[in-house]
Amino acid sequence: MNTVDAVVVGAGPGGSCAAAVIARAGYRVALLERGPSPGSKNMYGGVVYPRMLDALYPRWWEEAPVQRWVTRRSTMVLTDTQAVTLDMRTSNWGRPPYNGATAYRPDFDAWLAGKAEADGAELLCATTATGLLRHGSRIVGVTTDRPDGELLAPVVVACDGVNSFLAKEAGLHSPVDASNYTLGVKETLRLGRDVIDERFGVRDREGVDIEILGVTGGVNGGGFLYTNLDTVSVGVVLKLTHLAAQQQRPEELIAHLKSHPAIAPLVEGGELEEYSAHLIPEAGVSMMPQLATDGMLVVGDAAAMCLAAGIWLEGVNFAMASGMYAGEAIVEALTAGDMSAVGLAGYERRLERSFVLQDHRKLRNVPGLVLSDRVQHQYPQMIANTVERMFRVDNPLPKPGLRRIFTEERRRAGVKVRDLARDAWTGLRGLG
Amino acid sequence: MPDPDASRPERWPDISFEDRMATTVFDVHERAHIDVDSSVCDGCSTQRCVVVCPANLFVPTAEGGIVFNYEQCFECGACYLVCNEEGAITWTYPEGGHGVVFRRS
Repeated sequence: MNTVDAVVVGAGPGGSCAAAVIARAGYRVALLERGPSPGSKNMYGGVVYPRMLDALYPRWWEEAPVQRWVTRRSTMVLTDTQAVTLDMRTSNWGRPPYNGATAYRPDFDAWLAGKAEADGAELLCATTATGLLRHGSRIVGVTTDRPDGELLAPVVVACDGVNSFLAKEAGLHSPVDASNYTLGVKETLRLGRDVIDERFGVRDREGVDIEILGVTGGVNGGGFLYTNLDTVSVGVVLKLTHLAAQQQRPEELIAHLKSHPAIAPLVEGGELEEYSAHLIPEAGVSMMPQLATDGMLVVGDAAAMCLAAGIWLEGVNFAMASGMYAGEAIVEALTAGDMSAVGLAGYERRLERSFVLQDHRKLRNVPGLVLSDRVQHQYPQMIANTVERMFRVDNPLPKPGLRRIFTEERRRAGVKVRDLARDAWTGLRGLG
Repeated sequence: MPDPDASRPERWPDISFEDRMATTVFDVHERAHIDVDSSVCDGCSTQRCVVVCPANLFVPTAEGGIVFNYEQCFECGACYLVCNEEGAITWTYPEGGHGVVFRRS
């Protein structure tokens, strides 16, 4: 039986950051990955915000395997025939320290795991953690599917992703509720670098991030379109319970998005390079598990730390940050020789002080708002019709005035003033 | 006048579901990591797994049951989550090193 100082399960961004911090302090840490290589099981929309890496790997941008630096950020509201787009461009995000980047997870996660290895972590790929080892109520290691596969350690870090069977086995999650999850499905389409530069109006390594509302039919959710170097990632995020109830297939909803008159000219002719899917823990703090117990911490998606708040869609950064904080707390606990939940309390203290829990708390009502029926089915029509009429020249009729247009379109969409005010308040409180 | 659309690329190179799935790499292990208790499925009126599985691995039978395939599984977990009430799907990770191998995700 092998013994180490810490076992980190899952070599995604959270696990690799945790392992790097623990290894740097001189402790022996095993980093388990069930895929043949890190990132091979991981899929996301396509944008990572790596500034958390400043602390661990200064000038990470000189070596991180990114596709393009996001310098153009659009939010689109669609109806079947209309599109209203808020489009922001800044060349400031095209130079160090950058903001967001498109990247393929098999590239990015493998790079980050390689950095953890260079820091001294022992990476074991093709190894699935199959369960927890306990001594009384303490967690003291994991079983794996390798021959002689028990691995003992005074602390286990569950970085095992959205399904986190380890955190569930430890009893840290409330009963699972399918309505807290969305399903992300995407197509990676090859278009060629020149075609992407031309269609999206970018040059060199500049990239585009487009978030889309109102295009997922009867299923509450959203769409996305990101530019990689010579491919685009296009897909939809769908409320799992709605998808089941509406009897609509995920790939049909991608096809629906791709055929929209505002999207089709951007993606047509693209050759499918890969089709992929993944679950997203969408409900934020309301679905977060207990984050620490005797001998175990929970990090990243396993702790539902994905932020799905409409205009902010982040996850990898939350995983990296929580991984680093877990690593720091474990180093403290190993030094003090106390791996109980009390000894590991530095983890939650760090999360509380940082964006990880502060952003989630501040935006706690926003994910629900974004997936609400009004935002999904009534506001897109109200917004698009208002803007269309604002710019329509109805001569010989005089201009009706924006207030009258908006009131009429609000009524036509069946939106009550009271509900609009309440939603605006929820949204503004999240923004403020 | 020449057709201005003649030189445009075909909008959707029409792709069958089989060809769509062939774009993703799977290193299949002989052990099935999904198990379905079809006796439960026979009485299931919703069969939500059939709709939500992005890989379309669950197929209803004429007798009201479900046949499934584990080989092209994305390992997302949507099936067992929507099935929770019925409890017919047992879902674990495949053997280490096996299953889906994303490259462009």
